[in-house]
Amino acid sequence: MKYEDFGDNDSLEILKKSGGNILLTSIDNLLNWGRSNSVWPLTFATSCCGIEMMAAGAARHDFARFGIEVYRATPRQADVIVVAGTIVHKMAPILKRLYDEMADPKYVIAMGACAVSGGPFYYNSYSVVRGVDHVIPVDVYIPGCPPRPEALLYGVMQLQRKIKGESLSDPRKVTNEDLL
Amino acid sequence: MYKQELTDLLKELFPEAEFPENTQLTEMVVTSEKLHYAAHLLKNNKNLAFNYLISLTAVDFKENMTVVYHLESTDYHHTMVLKTVLTNREHPAIDTVSDIWPTADPHECEVFDLFGIRFNNHPMLRRLFLNDDYGFPLRKDFRDEINIIER
Repeated sequence: MKYEDFGDNDSLEILKKSGGNILLTSIDNLLNWGRSNSVWPLTFATSCCGIEMMAAGAARHDFARFGIEVYRATPRQADVIVVAGTIVHKMAPILKRLYDEMADPKYVIAMGACAVSGGPFYYNSYSVVRGVDHVIPVDVYIPGCPPRPEALLYGVMQLQRKIKGESLSDPRKVTNEDLL
Repeated sequence: MYKQELTDLLKELFPEAEFPENTQLTEMVVTSEKLHYAAHLLKNNKNLAFNYLISLTAVDFKENMTVVYHLESTDYHHTMVLKTVLTNREHPAIDTVSDIWPTADPHECEVFDLFGIRFNNHPMLRRLFLNDDYGFPLRKDFRDEINIIER
């Protein structure tokens, strides 16, 4: 997707870190180019969104074309955790631990209605976390129940755009205040 | 065995049990004291041979709690539903059937976990998913102000 085609969403440009000298911005550009085109997801799926994520990784949609590459089975090697599916209260500490074990810079995509807000389990449920942003800070939300693989691809591209706006002079910090 | 034949045979064997009409599967309601005996007979009777417990669950109807057993015979391919009604909501208890169908062991743990129904003589009755101090969330009178958003 061409850069101009993202016209429907200009809000990410606000996040772009500006300033710095020519040398630093050149390094930034190089670093961001490398990082954004080699985003390694963690193998983490808890329900039906996970099937859709597998479909996005398989031959028909093949999101390796967009630089979101091999699934890593360990959080130490992963850059992004795609929270695909319902998170229950019992799963929440494990998810938090997986996120903490990932090396910086790390990103989170909340995929599907359950991870965004609790979705169909928002009312009258004793066990479901109402949105994964209560546990870990989320970069990109992908609505849908479950989202189509194209939606996941679009979300990943939005994340790549976000990565391209980063800067070494003002590195990304995630604190607990970012949580809901 | 056809449904009517099965019902007739069951009526012969369990004269004191109730048989609800117009149900999809053959249903039989027994008292909780008779449950273990009934389950034993259903499995070991040569013409019934219900050797497979498909599912064991419970339903909360507010005034009572019903434990539901779905049974199948892999020899004759007939199915039936065995039900028993528990009126005591404070300390509901019933005999285990895990000595008859071993698959009932985890099912009964789950029913205990979510409904608080105790199973007498169960080999290891424990909570499967929830903490020990948690309530019984599938009961109709379960309330959790913090986690549940009511609608």
